[in-house]
Amino acid sequence: MNVNLKVKRFDPADSTRDSWWQEYNIDIHQDSTVLDALIHVREYEDTSLALRCACRASICGSCGMKVNGSAKLVCKTRIAGVAPNGEQIIVEPMGNQPVIKDLVVSLDTFFNQVKRVEPYMQPDYVPESGEYIASNESMENLLTAMNCIMCGCCVSDCTVLEVDDNFIGPAALAKAWRFVDDPRDAKKQDRLKDLNYEDGGIWDCTRCMQCVEVCPKGVNPMERIMELRDQAIKVGFRNTNGARHAEAVYGDVGHSGWLDELRLPIKTFGIFNFKELIKLIPIGIKSQLVGKRPPIFHKSIPGVQNIRKIFERYSK
Amino acid sequence: MKYAFYPGCVARGACPELYVATLEVCKLLEIDLDHEAMKGASCTGSGVLQEKNQKLGDTLNARNFALTERSNLPLMTICSTCQGVMSQARKRMLDDPKYLAEINSELAEEGLEFTGQAEPRHLLWIILEDYGIEKFKSKLVKSLNGLKLAPFYGCYLVRPSDALGFKDNLEREDSLERIIEAVNAEVVDFKGKTLCCGFPILTINEKNSMKMVAKHTTDAKDLGADAMVTPCPLCHLNLDGFQSKAGKSIGSQINLPIIHLPQLLGLALGIEPEKLRLNKHIVSTKVLLSELALQP
Repeated sequence: MNVNLKVKRFDPADSTRDSWWQEYNIDIHQDSTVLDALIHVREYEDTSLALRCACRASICGSCGMKVNGSAKLVCKTRIAGVAPNGEQIIVEPMGNQPVIKDLVVSLDTFFNQVKRVEPYMQPDYVPESGEYIASNESMENLLTAMNCIMCGCCVSDCTVLEVDDNFIGPAALAKAWRFVDDPRDAKKQDRLKDLNYEDGGIWDCTRCMQCVEVCPKGVNPMERIMELRDQAIKVGFRNTNGARHAEAVYGDVGHSGWLDELRLPIKTFGIFNFKELIKLIPIGIKSQLVGKRPPIFHKSIPGVQNIRKIFERYSK
Repeated sequence: MKYAFYPGCVARGACPELYVATLEVCKLLEIDLDHEAMKGASCTGSGVLQEKNQKLGDTLNARNFALTERSNLPLMTICSTCQGVMSQARKRMLDDPKYLAEINSELAEEGLEFTGQAEPRHLLWIILEDYGIEKFKSKLVKSLNGLKLAPFYGCYLVRPSDALGFKDNLEREDSLERIIEAVNAEVVDFKGKTLCCGFPILTINEKNSMKMVAKHTTDAKDLGADAMVTPCPLCHLNLDGFQSKAGKSIGSQINLPIIHLPQLLGLALGIEPEKLRLNKHIVSTKVLLSELALQP
């Protein structure tokens, strides 16, 4: 079948231009992947095209790229899936990571994020003989995070990293959770404390689910970040706006059945946090002036006692 | 056409204009909204409660679904976040019958059960899938020709696509663009349309949140957008309410009106802007409306 590829090119040795688009028309078998097409281009059309790949079986995590705007492993992406009617396929290097050449990005960003979470087991004992043993049951929960092949797709499309390169990022946080929840690791408390209070830590995730959508291995990094938040609150790290916000939403729904938007930001910042509360005044006045202020008297939903009973049972 | 109407917290709280505009539009389109069916329904948890206890969140959503099933009506939402949280909860329960049974046992005392039949759908999808775009177009009395509109979906209406049923309903992927084209306005396509507005971290990392607002609104404006249209009231709160603050952070005045989906529908249906509460926005819609008045 005929395939039209539009590839974003970049050559650091070419000082005359930043990056440019190049189109390739090739004839290739209908069952081919986008990686097959790119390799075909490199072998037969343009030997200057740089791309990174190895296993061709979505195991090594080398061939992460943006296809039609979202990060994918191109070895796992069939032409027929992204261009069923012969549409043009747009291929770019992954986002949020510096481009070295054409479709190859530097992995330094990714691995520097992973190093921040000390991605190795830190037990407080040495087994008398053999390995550090854990039961199957206690490890099953970690399978999602352990599926990570470090391809960088989640980092590429993370909406927080687009505006803040200090965010630890989805892959590294999923990796952190893998050790927080490992029964053999003795640093759970320290890890959670760091991730909770650190700039760029667990509360900076917007829950936009880009990482869930693009992860080719079902790691669901955002779900792992939510579990880290839950664990951080459970072990008592509550002095953050994020934790207070979660508690406030929980409290509102558990008490009245719905959100009390007027008081929610006050509970999130803390009632004595005057520095932050003062900042709410301008938006409060503007909302009042245009008639968008949430109700002053927050009424409970009809039959709220049923909701309260559910909350009571779950809090036991 | 009759639906169990679930407006969500924000349409009854900080975005009353969305609630009123929805009622106006549905009245004109003869979409009957049943307000009784979901009277005792709770908040979905908005994804935040789920940070503390996902199973509790799923139980609340199962309870809301059970109330819908009791009414025998299809369920309508008008909030991307409600839609997403409900769809994710529904998928978790339907994927795991044992989990669903555990959750139903929590509802037994109230005599409720979620069988799996109730399925939440946003007004945006309902217009396309139930009402029909051609029938909708036949009701339009005002052409919005010349108006350039940037779509802004809200994360929860586009991801995760498997929970939102995109595979079986391909038109959901560009549903907002279809509506913009249906009212004869021009789509301003931009990368930010499916990205995060920054609202979920507004009170946690305001700096990042403002960067997101500034980026999306300026990108859309630079591409020529007269306004942005969103099916998500939470996106609206940030993109409208905090736009001037975001503008200050980059040293510019952005002034891009952000309109709710039902307000756009209403304008094309000939409903007066005041009835759609277009005067109840933080970023004024006056210039936009005066431009529209020039249209035949």
